[in-house]
Amino acid sequence: MTTPTPTTNPTPPPATHPLLQATDVTMRFGGLTAVQGVDLTVHTGEIVGLIGPNGAGKTTFFNCLTGLYTPTEGTVAYRGTRLSRKPHLVTQAGIARTFQNIRLFANMTVLENVLVGRHTRTKEGLWSALLRTPAFTRAEHHSTQRALELLDFTGLAPKSDHLARNLPYGEQRKLEIARALASEPGLLLLDEPTAGMNPQETRATQDLVHAIRDHGTAVLVIEHDMRFIFSLCDRIAVLVQGRKLTEGTPRTVQADDRVIAAYLGTTDDTTPGDPTGDTP
Amino acid sequence: MIAMTTTTAQPKGLLPLPARTAHLTTITGALATAAATGLAWTWTSDFPGDLTYYGSPAGLQLVTLTGALLTLLLAASAHGLPGLRWLTPAGRTAPTLLAALGTFATTAFTLTAIAIQLGGLVNLEPGGYLAGATALLTLIGALGLPPDHSTDPTPTTPRQRLTAALTAGPPRPATRQLPTWAEHLTIAAAFAAALLAFTYGIDTDDGAPFIGYLLLVALAVPALHRAGLLARLTALTHRHRGTALAAAFLAATAFPFTQDTDQYTLIGANILIFATVALGLNVVVGLAGLLDLGYVAFLGVGAYAAALVSGSPESALGLHFPFWAALLTGAAASLAFGVLIGAPTLRLRGDYLAIVTLGFGEIFRIAMLNLNGTTGPDITNGAMGIPNIPNLEILGFNFGEPHHILGIPLAPYGNYYLLMILVTALVVLVFRRAAASRIGRAWIAIREDETAAVAMGINSFRLRLLAFALGAALAGLAGTVHAHVVTTATPEQFQFAGPQPPNSAFLLAAVILGGMGTLSGPLVGAALLFLIPAKLDFLQDYQLLLFGIALVLLMRLRPEGLIPDRRKRLEFHDTDRPDTPDPGNPPTGLNGNPTDPTGPLGTAQAKG
Ligand SMILES: Nc1ncnc2c1ncn2[C@@H]1O[C@H](COP(=O)(O)OP(=O)(O)OP(=O)(O)O)[C@@H](O)[C@H]1O
Ligand SMILES: [Mg+2]
Repeated sequence: MTTPTPTTNPTPPPATHPLLQATDVTMRFGGLTAVQGVDLTVHTGEIVGLIGPNGAGKTTFFNCLTGLYTPTEGTVAYRGTRLSRKPHLVTQAGIARTFQNIRLFANMTVLENVLVGRHTRTKEGLWSALLRTPAFTRAEHHSTQRALELLDFTGLAPKSDHLARNLPYGEQRKLEIARALASEPGLLLLDEPTAGMNPQETRATQDLVHAIRDHGTAVLVIEHDMRFIFSLCDRIAVLVQGRKLTEGTPRTVQADDRVIAAYLGTTDDTTPGDPTGDTP
Repeated sequence: MIAMTTTTAQPKGLLPLPARTAHLTTITGALATAAATGLAWTWTSDFPGDLTYYGSPAGLQLVTLTGALLTLLLAASAHGLPGLRWLTPAGRTAPTLLAALGTFATTAFTLTAIAIQLGGLVNLEPGGYLAGATALLTLIGALGLPPDHSTDPTPTTPRQRLTAALTAGPPRPATRQLPTWAEHLTIAAAFAAALLAFTYGIDTDDGAPFIGYLLLVALAVPALHRAGLLARLTALTHRHRGTALAAAFLAATAFPFTQDTDQYTLIGANILIFATVALGLNVVVGLAGLLDLGYVAFLGVGAYAAALVSGSPESALGLHFPFWAALLTGAAASLAFGVLIGAPTLRLRGDYLAIVTLGFGEIFRIAMLNLNGTTGPDITNGAMGIPNIPNLEILGFNFGEPHHILGIPLAPYGNYYLLMILVTALVVLVFRRAAASRIGRAWIAIREDETAAVAMGINSFRLRLLAFALGAALAGLAGTVHAHVVTTATPEQFQFAGPQPPNSAFLLAAVILGGMGTLSGPLVGAALLFLIPAKLDFLQDYQLLLFGIALVLLMRLRPEGLIPDRRKRLEFHDTDRPDTPDPGNPPTGLNGNPTDPTGPLGTAQAKG
């Protein structure tokens, strides 16, 4: 069941289980409850948004899903199988993510960053590397090919030899997405993918996310840019102070007074120009 | 030193000389210095190298001569002499100035050493004064040369002006392509020159002559670098990998045949052992980013394992394995020890791991001390160690005897040297192939950002263990040969720190000094760190002090090492927290300039 669907497969197998099912996830840090009893389901082919004011617990929830944190309570299942608490096994299972504070391998090239993303989808060990076996050469070639395709897909191909740290900000975000896609995920978690981008880059990211979904990868995205999230997502969940306030189509969420109150009550700056704002 | 290439005001040299005068002074001075090396510098042959002959430069005079000729060539090339322009594809003034400085430094040092060692300036002959004066003249001329590029704003403080003078511009594209055969020949010539320089260094007498040599090398190599020659050579070796490898291998192999005594081949063999271990450590520190302070223990495990199966009469096991089996035993024992230590400790990060490995290194040494029959089972003979390790014999070829190969005599340690060349080649191959693979990329990813690496599906514990085990096995391999070269395995050889390599501190220093994560860095670093203490024996107690000062200076001036990786900045410290908001340091790009090249990564990495 945990076999991942390659991103290139446009028609995933009929899902009897939802792709992702988080049930009653709670995360406490000492006395602080960052996430409390959150349920969330993502189905194949969906783009789901996760919004909420600063400090609502969105990133913490992501960390719980990907195994970086072990939730105090609750379970996370991927395609009906309960996920391991080891982050690398979560990626292996088919969930990949990006980070809110970009975490690229700064001193590796763009291409190498994406190749690292291929880690779980290749098996060649040390011996085959030392002996340069035909299988090794083939796998390296194939990985490089795939990585270059992904760089093409994200528009980074001309920069494949640059060090990641030398990329401008928007391209670093794109590279993080390319790196995550290299692990051929069934579900991609994006943590504020347009933070710090200008309107054009934001629009391009929107197209990119659509293209990712069209390639068969479901997307769960955290974002503060409301125009972006409302035009992008099929469904939106709202997190406020660790609890899920509501969930629904963009239209219903947009019309929900509690959402507006939650946002306006904490910050005034939810305009696209200032995506994350400062701490509340 | 960032090369800024904005063209503004007329550049000025450090000394206010007209450019033409400066050029002529430099060239004349260098010519005269070269000529002065043919005169007697002192009247007695008491000073090492015998600088009393007319017409034939000797000892340190040769060093000065080399420096003067190099300065001459660089200055002539900088002046635009047809046929020589290829010598300075990047900087012109900077390399000339450095070469002139090197020549002057080594000459001045020689004269001072003569005066001090023989008791007064009266011991200097006119030739010596002449050489000093002409070398100074060359330097003055070089100081008057206009800087390679003008900076904006024009440097004002002496320090800025010095920096500007020593900074080379970007390399100009090659004017014409060399034919392929000439490129191959260039590579061969470069390696031959490197062999010559290295052999000369290793063969110079200890003390003053070696310091003079070192002074010139320390300034001539940066000169060649500023001239853009090293970059050219690197490009060539990249284009013709096979030729470069073959030339390097040949040059390295040729070394013992240039020696008629065993004194320096032993140093050569020891350098190779040390370098191999440093390269193994580079897998652990440079690639995987694990700070291992007890690494020399793995060399020790290999050496002890080899000693036990070497057929030494003192060995508790009394076994005598053939060499290949001993080699495997040493590597396997070391590997097992590595896994044993790594499995419980590699879950620790950064500083903690360093402390634990430091402890394990000492535990190994003390355990070897105590397995002596009184305080423990009798395996290692305690402090006495396992002596009388017999010489290796492979297919009837006894390593303890001198041999003749193609009629050229080869001293016993030359045999070991050649064996170590093979071992080094193997380790180099392993390092290169491991680094350029899925595994190597995973190591670097862990080093760069462990949280992100784990989120990309890398099992960081397993990969760290793999790095640790591979590093250990490589050190064990070297340890096997080490045991046979020193013929005794004692606990005291494998300390954390000591005045002589190999020890963990020196190994780490070799890796950091040379350049972490690179292939040639630790090799160069190890060669220097072995050669310098061996040659400056007379400094005795001051050696470690000077070593410490040198390291501090180097880390201050060139933290990325002599041969830096393109991924220069390596961090031992990682933020422990996964993606958590950082209130004091919001993700940049919001208020900052989104195209700032150091951008968010710089900020993200700088915290914590
Ligand atoms: N490792 C941790 N230890 C203690 N507290 C934490 C930790 N990680 C997060 N928190 C706290 O949990 C709360 C939720 O933080 P989280 O980063 O999930 O918010 P967020 O919704 O992602 O906010 P933003 O929109 O600013 O990114 C915050 O109060 C934060 O300080
Ligand atoms: Mg967040």
